[in-house]
Amino acid sequence: MKISEIAKLLNAEVLCGEEELDREVKSACGCDMMSDVLAFVKEQAVLITGLCNPQVVRTAQMMDMGCIVFVRGKMPPPEVVSLAEKADIVVLASKERMYVACGVLYQNGLSGGSVLHG
Amino acid sequence: MPAAFCTKTDCPEVVCSMADFVRLEYDIDGENFTSAGEASVKVKRSLRQMGFDPETIRKVSVSMYEGEINMVIHADGGKATVDIYDDRIVIVLADRGPGIPDIDLAMQAGYSTAPDNIRSLGFGAGMGLPNMAKYTDEMKIESEVGVGTTVTMVVKV
Repeated sequence: MKISEIAKLLNAEVLCGEEELDREVKSACGCDMMSDVLAFVKEQAVLITGLCNPQVVRTAQMMDMGCIVFVRGKMPPPEVVSLAEKADIVVLASKERMYVACGVLYQNGLSGGSVLHG
Repeated sequence: MPAAFCTKTDCPEVVCSMADFVRLEYDIDGENFTSAGEASVKVKRSLRQMGFDPETIRKVSVSMYEGEINMVIHADGGKATVDIYDDRIVIVLADRGPGIPDIDLAMQAGYSTAPDNIRSLGFGAGMGLPNMAKYTDEMKIESEVGVGTTVTMVVKV
C-alpha cells in the first residue's frame, strides 16, 4: 500500500514527507507503548499511535519505520514534526481512533506483518 | 570497516581510532527526556556509514536507546562509550545514579520502578532491561546502591 493511500483512507493530514507519499509499505503496528514497539516490531514500516512526544520519532527511527500516523486527532508539536522530517519519516495526522484506523488499514490490505517473540 | 571513517563522517564524537577499533563517546543529559536517544541516533548513523548490516545496527541502536532512556529516567544521565571492532560492538553505559538493589528483579519483564509521568510518555513498562538482553549477545550489569550502575553489552557482528 502506498503511504498516500493510508492518508486517503484515514482522511489524514500530511504534516511532513509530502514527497515520499508514493513509498510502498507492507505492514503496520498500532501501539502507544514505545517499549513494546522496541520489543516486538520486526519489519513493520508504519507506526500508528496516539502518543505525541519526540520519543515516538526516535523509536520509529530505531526500528527503521518510515511513516508515523498520529490518531485520535492528536497533533504533534512542531519540534516532533521537524525531528521526523530530519529522519526522513512521513508524518500523518488523523482524527480516527486507534481501533478504527487499524481496522480500516487492515481491511484494505495493510497487514500486521510478523513480530519478534520472547 | 572503511579506513576513511573519521574523515568521511567528520564525526566529533570519535575520540580515538586505534588500529583495531573506533571509540565513540557521549555524555547523556539526564535533565532532558526530550533529548534522550540522541546518542543512539548518532551511533546508528555512524554504523550505517561504516557499512554494518541493518540487523546488527538495529540490535546496537535499540539496546543502547533503551539504556539511554533508563539513564535519563533513573540516574540523571551518565556516559555512553561505544567501541566498534570488526567482529563485535561493545556498548558501555555508566551512571552515578541510585544503583539497582536487586538486579534479578529488575531484569524481570514487566517490573518497573519508573514514575507515572514516564509511563505517559510511552516507557516504564518494565521492558527496558529485558529488551537490552534480548537484542545483545552478552550483557553484564554491575551496580552498587548509592554509587551507580554500569551496563556492558556486546553485539557480535
